[in-house]
This record gives sequence, structure tokens and C-alpha cells, in this order.
Amino acid sequence: MQIYLPIADLPVDIFLVLGMGLAVGFISGMFGIGGGFLMTPLLIFIGISPAVAVASVASHIAASSCSGVISYWRRRTVDLALGLMLLAGGILGTAVGVWLFTVLRSLGQLDLTIGISYVVLLSAVGGLMINESVRAILRQQQGKPATPRRGGAHTWIHGLPLKMRFKRSKIYVSAIPVWLIGFIIGFIGAVMGIGGGFLLVPMLIYFLRVPTATVIGTSMVLTLITMASATVMHAVTNHLVDAVLALILMVGGVIGAQFGARAGQNMRGERLRLLLGLLVFAVGLRFAFQLVVQPEEIYSIRMLGAE
Amino acid sequence: MTGRLTIAAAALFAGFLAGTGPAAAERLVTSISRHQVLVNSSFTGTSIVLFGTVEPDSPTARRATAYDLIVTVSGPKQIIVERRKERVLGIWANMASRTFLNVPSYLAVLSNQPVEQIANADTVRTQQLGLADKLLPQQLGNDVADVVRDDPFRTNFIRLKTRQNLYLQRANGVTLLTPTVFRAEISLPAVAPIGNYDVDVKAFADGVLLTRANSAFEVVKVGFEQFVATAAQDYGLVYGLTTAMMAIMTGWFAAVVFRRD
Repeated sequence: MQIYLPIADLPVDIFLVLGMGLAVGFISGMFGIGGGFLMTPLLIFIGISPAVAVASVASHIAASSCSGVISYWRRRTVDLALGLMLLAGGILGTAVGVWLFTVLRSLGQLDLTIGISYVVLLSAVGGLMINESVRAILRQQQGKPATPRRGGAHTWIHGLPLKMRFKRSKIYVSAIPVWLIGFIIGFIGAVMGIGGGFLLVPMLIYFLRVPTATVIGTSMVLTLITMASATVMHAVTNHLVDAVLALILMVGGVIGAQFGARAGQNMRGERLRLLLGLLVFAVGLRFAFQLVVQPEEIYSIRMLGAE
Repeated sequence: MTGRLTIAAAALFAGFLAGTGPAAAERLVTSISRHQVLVNSSFTGTSIVLFGTVEPDSPTARRATAYDLIVTVSGPKQIIVERRKERVLGIWANMASRTFLNVPSYLAVLSNQPVEQIANADTVRTQQLGLADKLLPQQLGNDVADVVRDDPFRTNFIRLKTRQNLYLQRANGVTLLTPTVFRAEISLPAVAPIGNYDVDVKAFADGVLLTRANSAFEVVKVGFEQFVATAAQDYGLVYGLTTAMMAIMTGWFAAVVFRRD
């Protein structure tokens, strides 16, 4: 069944988009991520302009992280204080990201920037995740404990001023790296149309030593608020948020996420991380391939305005 | 006084008759099936039918040769930028660009036979009869001008527009039902922009333009689509907040419906 998208200005098959929402939702529920890094490329692939895709996916991620936040909140695994501190940087990062997005779009370099960012970010993060999870699986097969105890190792991050105590996560760290991480995630999210959950979770674990119990719930709070504000900012500055497209994606996404979460519970953590790493890496490779291989169409046209 | 006026009127009338003269004059009468195309959620493109007749002014003035017809439909004007990718440091990036100013967003040239056979090459070019002959003003430095026909930006612009079904030329787009009655089908793709479309009908015989007629139709978004598009453009903040709220409500709803504990 075809439905005409009012902002993207083209008809799409409603069941195709719903199916994409379900599939990405399944993956996001399984790994506890937003799934923007999969959804944005998929939308571009079915013919929606990258700009509309990035702007609309923001609201889709907001919906899926909202249902995540609620269920983690019930289990009391959300560190609200940490989430709000991350957010202080996150909102600023989102604003800068939306601004850069507007500038790049007018220069005609948005697609290229999105492409390169996907390649660099996804292949780097995917590679690291594969490496880490393969090591963990190997260690396990050798009969050693899966995760080596890091102890209370202090890094330079712990020497920074403005220290704060986050009770629920049981950590005592400087506010500076917290703001910085928030800023980076907000910025990347706005420019690339990803929630950044798959980046934020490892950053919180490795840099701030946030315990695994609170890390996903807290990261989802940040994702929810940055993506909801990215939706508003994209709507105000670029007028490119397609609410009809977003709604179809959301409905598919939140349903898919429920089944994904059930599937994920039956899998071991390292294997889950390995799978996610492979997936992230594959999407990165796909973008690299697209940048290097001569495109079928070297000319492109875009409407700047009406008379 | 009265006499002088009568003479003047008579002279005018005589001049009028002489002007049209024995060389037969034709009248072009057209009718369009719809003056408004409504774009709603199920819009996947449509077509509009144009009917017309070429009527000789007097029945005795019928021509020996057949009439030829060219129907040109042009959509709302747009500013469009075209970019070309080039290989830079191993990757393909947009480098050169060209801006087209006030070019038709939609352009269809329909005729009953190839335009080159309707009129000679000179007429085709000067009267911009074919799709490739249309004026496409471009920003060239500080000047606004069109470029030579085989300029790569120009030819690729027409090719890309043709691929989107927004530019088209059909040598069988006009069907002559009788030697004087014709029918043309104007097909609009789903991506046809909103706005006013001008329809220009030209009748030829023996390679000469006899007469022309104009008509128009309008493509408008209606109902929900119209509402959403206007809201997004004019009330960005409210629209953004509503969409964000919709996302939160959907998420909350899912969390309640699928609650497992």
C-alpha cells in the first residue's frame, strides 16, 4: 500500500517502511541501542533524501529510547544525575551539530560528510567491538573469567577538577569528561542521524567506569533527550522532519524492540557484542565501498528554492 | 461628423478583412479534463487529458495538408543546483556545480509527430519547440544565461529530470482523432511539485505556426498532507515539539502495552 510522505515528497510502500522499523527495532531491542546507524542508511537506500532521513530518524530514536528509559526506570537502573550532566553537554552538541548540518547542506557536502563519518566511526567502533568480544570469548574458552577485573585503576581522567559524586552509579568523577562525552554524542547524533547509543555505552564504561547495571538505562536517557531536541531543532531550522515517515518507523520500531529484547536475553554478552560489532563494521564497509567505487551517477540535482 | 466616423469604421473593417485575408485562419479550442490535481496520502501520480479542435474560420478554407500540434506543459519555476562528483584523494565528492535559475520544475513536450518533422530546424530552435531547445537560464559568474545545447551540465540536467519523469518529450503524445480533433495525455509523476502548470498548445501546418491557445491547471496538496507540509514550513517549532511529543507518547505506549513485570 503506497502512502505519500508530505515532507519527503514521495510515495513509499507503508509495509516496507513498517517492516524496516520492525527489523531495526528488533536489532535495537536485542543490543540495547537506538539503531539509527542502520535506519538512516536504509531510508537513504529507498530513495528518501539524506537530509530528510537524518532529521526524521531522530524522532524514531527518541520513541524507541523512551520505551527503553521507562522499562529501565522501573528496574531502578537509571542514574538520572549522570544522565542530566551528560545532557548539559549533549544539548550544546546537538545545537552545534544541527548548525553544521545546515551549513554542509548548503555547501552540497552533506552526503559526503555523512558518508565519511559513517565509514570512520562505524569501522573503528565495529573493529574495536569485534576485537574486544573475540578476546573475551577466547578467554572464556580457556577457562579464565570472561571480563578481567580492572580494579580501581585511576587514569588521567580521574585527576580532573570539578569532581562530582553519582550515587546510583557509585562513581566519583570530574564533570568535564561527562560534559565532553555528552557534547560528542549530541553532535554526532545531529549530524549523522544516529542516537549514538553504541558509542555512548562503551565510552561510559571505559572512560567513566560506569557500572554495567546503570549504563544502558542512563545512556538511553541522554539519547531520548538529545534526539527529542534534535527533532525540534531540525524542524525549526531545516523543516525536514517528516512526521508521517517518523510515525510509521516508530510504530514498527517499538514493536520490533520488544521481540529483539526477548531474543537478546537468551544470548551471552560477548556473543551479543561480537554480533553487534560485526553489524556495525559491515555498515561501515558498505559506506566505504560506496565512497570509493565510481558512482553510477556523477551528476545530481537539488532544488534550492521556488521562484 | 457622423459620416466621417462611418467611413473610418468602414475602413477599419475593410482593413481587418484584408489582414486575415483569403489565407485561411484557424481557431484553436481546447478543454482540459481537470483544473486541479489534488495530492493526498494516496497520490502516486496522475494524468490529465486535454482535448481540442483546430477550426478553420470558414468551412471552405480547409487546408490540403494536415494539422500538426505541439502541447507544452511547464510546471512552477524553481532554482535548482546541479553538482558533479569528481574523484578527490580516492573518494568521490561533489566538486563543480551549476545553478539553474527559474527553470520549470516540470516540462512536457507532447506532439503528434517528432517536432523536427513539424517545422524546420531553424523554427524548432528559435521557437524552442523541442525539450532540448527550451531556455534554461543558468548562473554563470555574474551573468544569467543559457549555454550551448551540448554543455554537459545542461544535457545531464535534462537527463536527470527526464529520469524523474519530470521532463519528457513524446512524439506520440498528441493523438489526432479526426484531422481537426486531437487529444493529449499529460502524465504527472508522484514527485510533481505543487503549484501552477501552464499548458501551451500550438497548431502548425506546412511548418508554419498557425495559432496557439493557453490553458492551466494547478497541483495542490489537500487534507492531511497539506496540513503537515504547511505546519512543517510555517510553524517549525510547534511542528517539532508535536513530533517529539508523538515520539515520547509512542515510546510510553509501547512500554505500557508490553510491560513484562
